[in-house]
Amino acid sequence: MVEVLEHYNIGQSNFKIVLAVPKLVKKAKPGQFVVLRVSENGERIPMSIADMDREAGTLTVIYQVIGKTTALLATVKPGEYIMDCVGPLGNPSHVDKKGKYMVIGGGIGIAPIHPVAQKARENGNEVYGIIGARTKELIFFEDEMRKACNRLYICTDDGSYGEKGFVSNVLQRLIDEGDKPDFILAIGPVPMMKAVCETTRPYSIPTWVSVNPIMIDGTGMCGACRVSVGGVTKFGCVDGPDFDGHLLDFDLLTSRLRMYIPQEREAMKKFQEEVHTPYVGPKS
Amino acid sequence: MPELSKVERMKLPRQSMLEQKPEERKHNFKEVPFGYTPELAIQEAQRCIQCKIPKCVEGCPVEVQIPQFIELITERKFAEASRKIKETNSLPAICGRVCPQEEQCEERCVLGKKFKPVAIGNLERFVSDYERDNNLTELPEIAPSTGKKVAIIGSGPAGLTAAGDLIRLGHSVTIFEALHKPGGVLVYGIPEFRLPKSIVNSEVEYLKKMGVKVMTSHVIGKIDTVDELLNEEGYDAVFIGTGAGLPNFMRIPGENLNGVYSANEFLTRSNLMKAYDFPNADTPIAKGKNVAVLGGGNTAMDSVRTALRLGAENAYIVYRRSQVEMPARAAEIHHAEQEGVQFILLTNPVRFIGNKDGWVEKMECIRMELGEPDESGRCRPIPIEGSNFEIDVDIVVIAIGNRSNPLVVQTTPGLKTNRWGNIIADPETMETSKRGVFAGGDIVTGGATVILAAGAGKKAARAIHDFVMSKK
Ligand SMILES: Cc1cc2nc3c(=O)[nH]c(=O)nc-3n(C[C@H](O)[C@H](O)[C@H](O)COP(=O)(O)OP(=O)(O)OC[C@H]3O[C@@H](n4cnc5c(N)ncnc54)[C@H](O)[C@@H]3O)c2cc1C
Ligand SMILES: Cc1cc2nc3c(=O)[nH]c(=O)nc-3n(C[C@H](O)[C@H](O)[C@H](O)COP(=O)(O)OP(=O)(O)OC[C@H]3O[C@@H](n4cnc5c(N)ncnc54)[C@H](O)[C@@H]3O)c2cc1C
Ligand code: SF4
Ligand code: SF4
Ligand code: FES
Repeated sequence: MVEVLEHYNIGQSNFKIVLAVPKLVKKAKPGQFVVLRVSENGERIPMSIADMDREAGTLTVIYQVIGKTTALLATVKPGEYIMDCVGPLGNPSHVDKKGKYMVIGGGIGIAPIHPVAQKARENGNEVYGIIGARTKELIFFEDEMRKACNRLYICTDDGSYGEKGFVSNVLQRLIDEGDKPDFILAIGPVPMMKAVCETTRPYSIPTWVSVNPIMIDGTGMCGACRVSVGGVTKFGCVDGPDFDGHLLDFDLLTSRLRMYIPQEREAMKKFQEEVHTPYVGPKS
Repeated sequence: MPELSKVERMKLPRQSMLEQKPEERKHNFKEVPFGYTPELAIQEAQRCIQCKIPKCVEGCPVEVQIPQFIELITERKFAEASRKIKETNSLPAICGRVCPQEEQCEERCVLGKKFKPVAIGNLERFVSDYERDNNLTELPEIAPSTGKKVAIIGSGPAGLTAAGDLIRLGHSVTIFEALHKPGGVLVYGIPEFRLPKSIVNSEVEYLKKMGVKVMTSHVIGKIDTVDELLNEEGYDAVFIGTGAGLPNFMRIPGENLNGVYSANEFLTRSNLMKAYDFPNADTPIAKGKNVAVLGGGNTAMDSVRTALRLGAENAYIVYRRSQVEMPARAAEIHHAEQEGVQFILLTNPVRFIGNKDGWVEKMECIRMELGEPDESGRCRPIPIEGSNFEIDVDIVVIAIGNRSNPLVVQTTPGLKTNRWGNIIADPETMETSKRGVFAGGDIVTGGATVILAAGAGKKAARAIHDFVMSKK
C-alpha cells in the first residue's frame, strides 16, 4: 500500500499526484517509470517519473484521465492509499554531456521531460526546452521548466499561449535559424514524437523518444510492450523506454496501442455507471 | 476393512478422481478434478504393496517417503500422511497437482509393469487438501533466533521452499517479489482450473505465520541490488530464485501484430490479472474465435485450455514434432483432448499475416517430418519443402519456452552464468560464484519443474544455514 500525499487537478483532465515511496525515489533516475495499481483486481498502469524529492521521499506523477484506471486514480484522496507502486523501472535517459541538449515535451510528456532537463543541465549541457499542448490550460510545469532550461519555448495548437503551432514547428524554426541541437529527447503523444523525428531526420540530429506501449509487469516478463527498432523487436520496459526515434516503427506502436479499445470503452462505461465521488482537489 | 493379499491388492483397479465433465468445464475456470473422497483415497492407497525397496521413491526428485505416507492413508491418518510428505516436500498440495508423475514417482512404481501404477500424485493431493481444508495444519517448531538475516529473491516454488526451511532454522527471512502477488509461475502462469490460487495463497500465509516477511512489488536489480542487500541492508546471505521468465519469440514475420501473444502475457493477463473476469477485473484480454497456440509443453496446454474457456470456437495446438514428443504432462494433454482442443502436429508456423487494422488473421505454416534424434534425444523436425498452407487465426499464443530474466545477473558483478544466461550454481549446495549468494530453480536449470525448483530451494536452505552459522 502506498500513501497519496497530495493530489491536484492541474487543468482539464490532467492531475498531479504525490506518493510516499522513500526507498523508490532514492534509487530512481530521470527517464525511469513506475507501475501503479490503484485497487485490488485493478490494472497495472505505467507512469513516468515527473519529479522526486529524495529528502521527503516523495514521487510526483502527472497523469491524464483517459480510461477506467486513471479515472479511478482520480478519485483517491490525499491520506488514502493505492495498492502498489513498483519501480524504478526502465533505463534512465541519456543525460550525459552532449552540448546543446534539447528536450521536447508535448502534452502529458512535459512531465517526464522535466527531471531529464534538470539532470542534463547539471551535467553541463546547454539545455533548450520546447513544451507544447493543445491549449493554454494544458501547459504545466512552466516555472519548473524555466528553471531547468537555459532557454524555454512554449507553444499551443490553438495559439492561446506562447507560439501558435506544434512543437515540431518551433523545432523547425530553430533549425532554420541555424540553432541546431546536438541531441534531442522528445516525449509526448506518438504523432508528436513521430513529427519531431521526421523534422530532424534530414539533418541527422540524434533524436530519441520515450515509448509508451501497453505494459503489464514492466520487468521483461510478458512481452506486451514489444516495439520494433531498426527492424529488431525490443521490449519497451527493459530495453527502453527511450529509443532512437529515427529507427523506431511508430506505426506499429500506434497500432499496438489500439489493441484493447473496445474493452477499454466497456470498462469506462461500466465505471461511469457506478457511483464514484471524483476527487478534484484544489488547483496547484 | 478385510486384509487383502498382495496379489489381491495389486489387482484392485486404479481409482480416478471425480472431475467436471469436459462440456461443462470448458466454459469455466474452476478446477477440473474434485479430488478423492476419503473412501476412494483409502481404496487407492490399498493398492500399494509397500515395497521393501520402493522404486517409486527413486523416481521422486525429493524422495518423498511414498510407501510410508500411503500406509498412513490406509490407517485413515490423513493429516499425518501429509506431514510425512512435508518432511521432504513442503508443497504437496501443489506437487500432487502439477508434478509430471508419469515420468517420476509413478513411472517407477512396480505395479506399472503389469497393472496401472499407484496414483501417488492424487493421494498426495488428497492428504494435503484434507489437512488444509480441516484446519489441521500445524505450525512447525521454530528454532530460537540466530540473529542472521537471509534475503530470498523471487517467490516461486524455489524461493518459497527455501524461505520455509530457513525460517524454521531460526533465521530472519525476507522474500522480495517483483510482482504484486507472491507465488511465481504458480500464480501468474498455471491457471486456476489446474491449480486454484487459494492453495498458493495458503502456502504463502503459512510462511507468513511462521514469520517470513514478504515484500511484493520489489524488483531486485532496480530498487536494490544483490550487493546492496548484502552490504547495506545487512543480509548475511541471498538466495536467487527468479525463475525463467523471459519469453522466447519465434523471430518470424508478423510476430508483433495485434493478437499475437507470448504465453507469459496471455496467461498473466488471465491468471494474475484475472482478465477472464473482465470487466469485473480491469485488465482486458483479447478473445478469439480461432486461437492457435504454438508449442507442446505445459505452458502451451495451459494457454490453449484458457483460450477455450475464454470462448474460442477452434483452439489449436500447433506443434512441430508429434504427440509422443510433447513435453506436457500426460493428464494435461488428455484433458485438452477431452475438451476439444485440435492438435495440428508436425507443423511449424513460418509467418503471421495481418489485416488492414494490424490484427493477425492468418498463419502460414509448413509441414514437418521427423529426422534423426538431436542432442535432446528427441527426433529433429525437418521442414517438408513446398508443404506450406494457411490457417485462419485471430489469436496466436507463442509457448515455445522461456529464458532467464537478466535483471539480477546484469546488476550483480561476480555472478557467473552459462551461455543461456542461467546462473551457475553447485548442484548440491546451490552456491554461486559469488560469496554469500545462492541460486536455485529455473534460474539455474532453465525451465524445469515445480518439484525440482522446490528441491533446489531445500538444498540451498541447508547450505545457507551452514554458511551463515559459520560466518562471524
Ligand atoms: C513508460 C510509460 C510511461 C507513461 N507515463 C505516463 C504519464 O506520465 N502520464 C500519463 O498520463 N500517462 C502515462 N503513460 C500512459 C498510461 O500508462 C496510460 O494512459 C494508462 O495506462 C491508461 O489507463 P486507463 O485504464 O486509464 O485507460 P485505458 O482505457 O485502459 O487505456 C487508454 C489508452 O491508454 C493506453 N494504455 C492502456 N493500458 C495501458 C497500459 N497498461 N500501459 C500503457 N498504456 C496503456 C492505450 O493506448 C489505451 O488505448 C505512460 C505509459 C508508459 C508505457
Ligand atoms: C504455464 C506454465 C505451466 C507449468 N506447468 C508445470 C506443471 O504442470 N508441472 C511442473 O512441475 N512445472 C510446471 N511448470 C514449470 C514450473 O512452474 C517452474 O519450473 C517453476 O515454477 C520454477 O520455479 P522457480 O521458483 O524457479 O521460479 P518461478 O516460479 O518462475 O518464480 C520466480 C519468481 O521470481 C520473481 N522475480 C523474477 N525476477 C525478479 C527480481 N529481479 N526481483 C524480484 N523478484 C523477481 C518472478 O516475478 C517470479 O514470481 C510450468 C511453467 C509454466 C510457465
Ligand atoms: S513430489 Fe511429485 S514426484 Fe515426488 S512423490 Fe510427490 S508427486 Fe511424485
Ligand atoms: S513402488 Fe508402487 S507399490 Fe511399491 S511402494 Fe511405491 S507406490 Fe507402493
Ligand atoms: S511490460 Fe511485460 S515485458 Fe515489458
